[in-house]
Amino acid sequence: MDALPSLHKHGSSMASNSSGGGSDRQRIAQQRLRIIAGHLRRPVDVDSTILAAECKAQDSKTDVSSEGKTVPRRRQEIMKWNGWGYSDTKFLFNKKGQAEFTGKRYKLSGMIMPALKDWLEDTFGTNLQHKSPATPILTSSAVQPPTLNEAFVEELKSTGIPFSHDAEDRVFRAHGHCLHEIFALREGKVGRVPDLVVWPNCHNDVVRIVELACKHNVCLIPYGGGTSVSSGLECPPEETRSIVSLDTSQMSRILWIDEKNLTAHMEAGIVGQDLERLLNESGYCTGHEPDSMEFSSLGGWVATRASGMKKNIYGNIEDLVIRVKMVTPQGVIEKSCLGPRMSTGPDIHHFIMGSEGTLGVVTEVTMKIRPMPEYQKYGSVVFPNFEQGVACLREVAKQRCAPASIRLMDNEQFKFGHALKPQVSSMFTSFLDGLKTFYITKFKGFDPNCLCVATLLFEGHREKVLQHEKQVYDIAAQFGGLAAGEDNGQRGYMLTFVIAYLRDLGMDYYVIGESFETSVPWDRVLDICRNVKLRIIQECKDKGVQFQPLASCRATQTYDSGACVYFYFAFNYRGLSDPVHVFEEVEHAAREEILANGGSLSHHHGVGKLRKEWMREAVSNVGMGMLKSVKDYVDPNNIFGNRNLL
Amino acid sequence: MTDTCQHSGGAGPENEEEFVDILEERRLRSDLGHALRTFRPSPYKGGPSCSAADLPKIVLESQHLRYVVKEIATETGASPEEVREEASAILEEMSQNLQLGFIRLLGYIFTKVFKRLFTSINVNMEGLKALQQAIQESPVILLPNHRSYVDFLVISYIMFTYDIPVPVIAAGIPLAGMKIVGAIIRRSGAFFIRRAIGSDKLYWAVMSEYVRTIIKTGFAPLEFYVEGLRSRTLKSLMPKLGMMHMVLEPYFKGEVYDIQLVPISLSYDRVLEESLLALELLGVPKLKESTTGLLKASKVLQDDYGIMHVNFGRPMSVRRLCRGKINLRQYNLIPRDLPQKPRAEAQACVSWLAHLMVRIQEEGSLISPWSLMACLLLQAPTAVLTEQGLPWHQLTEKTIWLRKLALDFGARLNWPAQVPDPDVMSSAVALHHSVVRREAGRVYLVREEEPERKRPISPEEDVIRSAAAVLMMVSYRNQSLHLFVRPALLATAIGVTKTAQRDELFAFFCFLRDVFSNEFIFIPGESSQDFEEACVLLRKCGAVHISEQEVTASDAGLEALSFLQALLQPFIDSYQVMFRFLCEDKVHVFAEKQFLPAVRNLATKLILSGELHTYETLSSDTQKNVLSALRRLETLAKLESSEQNEYRVVNKAAVRRIGDILSGKIPPQMLQAAPDAKL
Repeated sequence: MDALPSLHKHGSSMASNSSGGGSDRQRIAQQRLRIIAGHLRRPVDVDSTILAAECKAQDSKTDVSSEGKTVPRRRQEIMKWNGWGYSDTKFLFNKKGQAEFTGKRYKLSGMIMPALKDWLEDTFGTNLQHKSPATPILTSSAVQPPTLNEAFVEELKSTGIPFSHDAEDRVFRAHGHCLHEIFALREGKVGRVPDLVVWPNCHNDVVRIVELACKHNVCLIPYGGGTSVSSGLECPPEETRSIVSLDTSQMSRILWIDEKNLTAHMEAGIVGQDLERLLNESGYCTGHEPDSMEFSSLGGWVATRASGMKKNIYGNIEDLVIRVKMVTPQGVIEKSCLGPRMSTGPDIHHFIMGSEGTLGVVTEVTMKIRPMPEYQKYGSVVFPNFEQGVACLREVAKQRCAPASIRLMDNEQFKFGHALKPQVSSMFTSFLDGLKTFYITKFKGFDPNCLCVATLLFEGHREKVLQHEKQVYDIAAQFGGLAAGEDNGQRGYMLTFVIAYLRDLGMDYYVIGESFETSVPWDRVLDICRNVKLRIIQECKDKGVQFQPLASCRATQTYDSGACVYFYFAFNYRGLSDPVHVFEEVEHAAREEILANGGSLSHHHGVGKLRKEWMREAVSNVGMGMLKSVKDYVDPNNIFGNRNLL
Repeated sequence: MTDTCQHSGGAGPENEEEFVDILEERRLRSDLGHALRTFRPSPYKGGPSCSAADLPKIVLESQHLRYVVKEIATETGASPEEVREEASAILEEMSQNLQLGFIRLLGYIFTKVFKRLFTSINVNMEGLKALQQAIQESPVILLPNHRSYVDFLVISYIMFTYDIPVPVIAAGIPLAGMKIVGAIIRRSGAFFIRRAIGSDKLYWAVMSEYVRTIIKTGFAPLEFYVEGLRSRTLKSLMPKLGMMHMVLEPYFKGEVYDIQLVPISLSYDRVLEESLLALELLGVPKLKESTTGLLKASKVLQDDYGIMHVNFGRPMSVRRLCRGKINLRQYNLIPRDLPQKPRAEAQACVSWLAHLMVRIQEEGSLISPWSLMACLLLQAPTAVLTEQGLPWHQLTEKTIWLRKLALDFGARLNWPAQVPDPDVMSSAVALHHSVVRREAGRVYLVREEEPERKRPISPEEDVIRSAAAVLMMVSYRNQSLHLFVRPALLATAIGVTKTAQRDELFAFFCFLRDVFSNEFIFIPGESSQDFEEACVLLRKCGAVHISEQEVTASDAGLEALSFLQALLQPFIDSYQVMFRFLCEDKVHVFAEKQFLPAVRNLATKLILSGELHTYETLSSDTQKNVLSALRRLETLAKLESSEQNEYRVVNKAAVRRIGDILSGKIPPQMLQAAPDAKL
């Protein structure tokens, strides 16, 4: 693990126009070296290379992904066991009482954010004196001893596939990142956890494990990146069989790249950042960038119907996938060719995509790839209010000229973004900022409590990008939008990656929160945003929350007929005896409100167990019956017993 | 789930509202000063404010209207431009043109007039404060009852005085036709809607879009009469659902987060139109609203009308009220801009809400001593009232007794505490000199002066003369009916069936409730609650003992029970007369126009022959209610084809059966006990 690759966020590796610091330059230089080395080492013709037919001892072989793995078996070595992301990265208040982001991984790392403290205090009524720290270490006694199926374990041993029943390993795989899950861990509370963790190395390992599980009636729960926010990884407490967590993280190789057809074949355990990095080294990308891409895995994307930030250019996961291999209790399901489209009855991929681990384990995926974009440019537009912003997004969608990404933050998020502005180094920048603010609020008459910001990301050929940019800015101008610079845009996207870290900071100070999403027709976007936010505020009030909650939203994706809307919701829970319960009630009410306002049950987070109660209404009785009958056929003994979805 | 005590949102009589006389300050200061006061309302924070001029534009350009225009154009073969023109004309006829200047002008006139008419106008300030708050938070619907022409704009007057955004008001189109006055009201925020819209698709579309736009934009609070029109009888009317549905639709469709409903109860010691109303009910045609008519009426301005109470109910959140009553997801599958027939669930929800609002209006209204006295006076034979008179002390003693009963039932009484009781009652009689007079220790009914004429007055004409006086008194009795009606149904059930079995009584109670639900306001689907309430109240006043299985009359409760039963008797008698009429062999198909005089003639005969003791049968209101009730009970059918309101008796046997149950000829065991079961 000493050759841990640089784990930068996606933005800094591509945005050549924004590479500032010396470390960045170094990193880029290193990367180039690596790419060159890769070229030298790689076998002659990539598209003819079939690799890893035999998955054992692959270390001695040269394959495309010969670089070190991001995700070790013992995840806790680099990641927090009771919070988001890397152990070395967190927000904290330093001795001067200023907010600081530690570590070296992100652009914001090592920086001081002077405004964050005030924002926290003003928004939530928090006080730095009142801390609610987490239990620092997992006490093994809190974890139930594993219920092992001895016969299964014996046979597993004989296969040589690594496994563990160490408490830390098991606890790590017993949760996703729902608020209640993290809250419980911070309190040192552990519920039902898997009894065993197993790390298959390749497709065939998975086939063997599933066979054994069927033979010995063991419950299998696939585990990819662990970023679920739907209680999808929670072990059903009523499960009496031995539960085995099948961690795909060691199946993370790119098996081949086909440059003629622009496809690549990967093992499903590869996480987003590795996939992009490795493909980049060959000059390609998938363009699939969900906000969780640092940690979430390809198999997870397929299993939950993931959506990426840049879907406007590259498509969502269902548009990207060419072929999937999934191991089920009935055997392996796969298509027989790599044709770009088929009319062969209902697409069997749609049984797999969104199956949320209830039917089997996705082991390998063939996916479209694209040459890396020549040029990238961030941008942002300020609108006098959210209504105008939405109208602009709608127009952009109508003209089908959406950039790679276009996101509209509401006023609360705009303010939040400002709170995360790092300390400005020069007088000049601060003067310039002041001038900009003056221009927008005083000269243009924007109300700072109403204005909102759209962030943009353009990709492609330089000239086309510039042309495209002009088109979008022209539309924005029709809706009163003012271009607000690349910086604001880039900061907007950066927030995506650090916001999850920020929740941990909030939880240190009695603030709990969560984000959730939906998709909704265009004409309802404004109504749903307003109604859900007001509902959250009202529910909090009704349930005795002492301080007004943060209820904020943004439109993160545009489609021809609607948009994806994200809600953020957080509140100060001081004075509440059961904050998680209150939180869950409010979240439940918010989902009811979403559904009442024509929103979908989920755009890309999935159903899991958190949203199961609405599933029948979402797909009708017959729809439910169809899904159930598939489950009954594929997995009659409920080996894949995470009980998601149905 | 809704208990009556919750209806008024905690503003029940137990925490008595503080009323302030808003005329007091006007009497001290300059009227002009008031009219020219700085008006600084705090408007709705949520919506983009839009000007009165924008409103028609938004309506005409709405997707909804464009769709309907296109549809009508296709159907009729007219060009879309023509239909659009027509829509535009409808809109012009309808639109209000709220201008502060006219509110000021009106304020000035009103101050002058009100000071002359009323000793005071009492307003509950807490309610106003709550309203002021609510208006900033969500679109607000003001739902006053309508008992007098004076009502109109009085809410606007109060809101202007207290810096609350002045409402736009749905008014009947006849008002628009009045010279000058029509123009003034329009500029004071009234918009005009036609009475019989029927199937005029374009009109519906324009009106609903207009209303929706007002609510969605938060343009101004919207005021309308949930009862649809002015009650001629001072009794609450069955709510009209069309406007209510239109108003709630933006909430159902998620276009607003919430809507606040504010029921407002106006109660009068004495109503300006009292004698006009009585004549109208007796078939003397209603005068067309006209400016000259209004001026002629100016002589009524010389008289004293006591106190007017305006009780602002607490704003009620539609969102909270509708929780669990309607699944809003039904609106998600069809574009919201397209015209859609409301589903049964939505209709039921709107109906429930509308009835609830009327009940809260009832609960919020103030009952005057005179209304209690009218209840008692009407229980004496009319001949006694006109000839011998009723001993004063007997009336006062009974009134004091009734006051106690009313208070037991949770009444909001307007009984001055600092004045001795006899004086209170004396002044009530003095105020109502047009109906009663007190002479030598006795109280007499006042009948209209006999006009000088050659031939002596016929007995039939004499009946009408008495009837006019009685019906005036009836309307004052009606002001407190809502208070007694549920216990009265139970008292009647006990009296008619002579049973003590709780389930049998409940069955009969439900039957009565069903028959009379055009007469009194009952919230649909809440018959058990109503029965429960009746039991609780009767027990509270010591009239009954209640056990798991039985409800038995107590000895001490005879007075209350017989009073309550007598209160309902005129209705039962009147209904029986009409049932009898309808069961006659010759009656098959008839027009409403024929029915009313025919029943009037029959009733007059019966009164003269001493068979019928109530004059209320003569009231066209009661007559029309019987028709509606029988239609609802599917024994009468309205002929779709006919221009006039023509009816056909479909099931005489059923009509007869209703009559027989009502008179106790069919034992209650034969009734179904299922709540709200069809007969």
